[in-house]
Amino acid sequence: MSNQRKRPTGEREEDDEEDDAEGIGQWERAYVDDRSWEALQEDESGLLRPIDTSAIYHAQYRRRLRMLSAAAAGTRIQKGLIRYLYIVIDFSRAAAETDFRPSRMAIMAKHVEAFIREFFDQNPLSQIGLVSIKNGIAHTLTDLGGSPESHIQALMGKLEAAGDSSLQNALELVHEHLNQIPSYGHREVLILYSALSTSDPGDIMETIQKCKKSRLRCSVIGLSAEMFICKHLCQETGGLYSVAVDEVHLKDLLLEHAPPPPAIAEFAISNLIKMGFPQRAAEGSMAICSCHKEVKIGAGYTCPRCKARVCELPTECTICGLTLVSSPHLARSYHHLFPIAPFDEVPTLASSNDPRRKLGKSCFGCQQSLLGAGNKPGPCVTCRKCKHYFCLDCDIYIHESLHNCPGCESIHRPKSVSLMEE
Amino acid sequence: MASVVSKLYSDDVSLLMLLLDTNPFFWDTTSTTFSQFLSHVLAFLNAVLGLNQLNQVVVIATGYSSCDYIYDSSLTSNVSSESRGTGMPALFGSLLEKLEDFIAKDEELSKEEEHVDKIASSLLSGSLSMALCYIQRVFRSGHLHPQPRILCLQGSPDAPEQYVAVMNSIFSAQRLMVPIDSCYIGTQNSAFLQQASYITGGVHHAPKQLDGLFQFLTTIFATDLHTRGFVQLPKPVGVDFRASCFCHKKTIDMGYVCSVCLSIFCEHHQKCSTCGSVFGQSKLDGASSSVNDRKRKAPDS
Repeated sequence: MSNQRKRPTGEREEDDEEDDAEGIGQWERAYVDDRSWEALQEDESGLLRPIDTSAIYHAQYRRRLRMLSAAAAGTRIQKGLIRYLYIVIDFSRAAAETDFRPSRMAIMAKHVEAFIREFFDQNPLSQIGLVSIKNGIAHTLTDLGGSPESHIQALMGKLEAAGDSSLQNALELVHEHLNQIPSYGHREVLILYSALSTSDPGDIMETIQKCKKSRLRCSVIGLSAEMFICKHLCQETGGLYSVAVDEVHLKDLLLEHAPPPPAIAEFAISNLIKMGFPQRAAEGSMAICSCHKEVKIGAGYTCPRCKARVCELPTECTICGLTLVSSPHLARSYHHLFPIAPFDEVPTLASSNDPRRKLGKSCFGCQQSLLGAGNKPGPCVTCRKCKHYFCLDCDIYIHESLHNCPGCESIHRPKSVSLMEE
Repeated sequence: MASVVSKLYSDDVSLLMLLLDTNPFFWDTTSTTFSQFLSHVLAFLNAVLGLNQLNQVVVIATGYSSCDYIYDSSLTSNVSSESRGTGMPALFGSLLEKLEDFIAKDEELSKEEEHVDKIASSLLSGSLSMALCYIQRVFRSGHLHPQPRILCLQGSPDAPEQYVAVMNSIFSAQRLMVPIDSCYIGTQNSAFLQQASYITGGVHHAPKQLDGLFQFLTTIFATDLHTRGFVQLPKPVGVDFRASCFCHKKTIDMGYVCSVCLSIFCEHHQKCSTCGSVFGQSKLDGASSSVNDRKRKAPDS
């Protein structure tokens, strides 16, 4: 959305005065929409300071964690690690609405791109496919595949909105595709729905029952308002239904679907999948790679079964069909199987004989002082197992990104404890 | 993997997190003593601090039973209370004091262990996690901060029980774009450190002779991230990414992976030993679209 071409210098003032969504610049939007002056407060001496959001942020994070751990209820919940996910994006005329700037379409595309990258980061063995709904017909943008670049290119290729939206056609198409996948995979659909209606050729309730019987987990993220049919679909198939209120909320809702959802054990048959662990080809070796059909020199991997050369991992060998992965790809999913327990909040006591004063003067992870203003103990958390104290930011970082408690890792455990026991 | 692109905040200012292996069981077996090794390391730290006025060094000791922060060059309380008169610059007086205290405490904790393992390994995952928490704190402090990197000076062999924790740290470092360099001074090859340096875009080197350690450290590991684009550093040779099977621990080319828990086996099993799922059997009562032809016992109704 370039504003420069709409603004020859003489007309600049006119454009500023119009309250036109197309005409105002990016910097002006921050004042019209965000009202950044409301985020300032006065402190005791009358000086301005921004609202301290770290406590709010941490409280939000604790709520999220409590919801997740309440759902897990202390038991090790099985997660669907090998996922086959179809993302259905609604490109009907409702997607051209500009309540999300610059348009719902553009924002959806931007966040779906970020979601795809995050998805493959957290689920390296899974595959994504893209479906779009336009003019009442569902089209397959890309087939199921494991490489993020091809999906993103196909998505960004054609961004145009037209016609009606049809939920049933999309579900039928996805159902057809997902029937062909191996039985150990988890079938999922994520629908980004901006329309408020659906024009279907038949009975959508039948389609929903069909999806339920095929163990397809459908989740919907609405961009306009809550719809009964979407809610019914998600309830029947066991998915999540949420409606985004603004851009930031949409991003959060999308990224909630990146980590593997709790899996119902009966939905996927557990199986031993044959996989190959290729070695890197020697530097300077020449071969014709099987994915691009060109001569490549040096970096690449050799399939252990048919000795064909592939360029990147994880992938399926185009010659013999063997799934090729490297051990770090499997290791990326191990933290879902061995999650760390949430830390406990330490109540801030004002009494001077607080035992923590001796032990927890600084965060064990980052050495930041845990004392708040005036040498009083500030808010902090503690790990149940190793009893070390951590600051709030380390708490968030450890649980969301690192997945290791530094205190528990710094204790020597005798070798009799095996890797898989907790 | 391509080497790390430097963030453009401050061009060549670096924060070096040094993870020092103090495992006494390892240092018992080497010809170089720990104090000789330490003199190389201290000279190297001096060199790094001398390269740029704003450079920062943090030392974390990786012990046998515990890990702890030893030295932080940005703290102003680094002047040691008593002058030692040993010729060591006062700059590192507090480092040596804290290191002595740490080793004494580590020894006490190790005495409580009943059995001594044949292959004694140190707690690499603990010090890596602590280093990453500190780096995360530096990132939070605003726009102007030095570019962090981690250097592991490790001699103890890899501990298989730390595999998951070390891989978690490596992936987190990759996301933060923090390279993990590793200098391995032990006898066997360390697969963990090779993978860490490869995945995060750092440098891995295993010098053969410890007498010249200072030269290796200053020529390979002292360069900051921006300068690495112009310097020829040792390239990764033959990083082995093959997995080892859970049943025999041997490295395999092709294997079977359980779809539920992702454990790796070298031969076909009926049941997964990790998660207990039975393979190839549908638990649903109704026929699924990919039903097997096995006979299943129908419950008597």
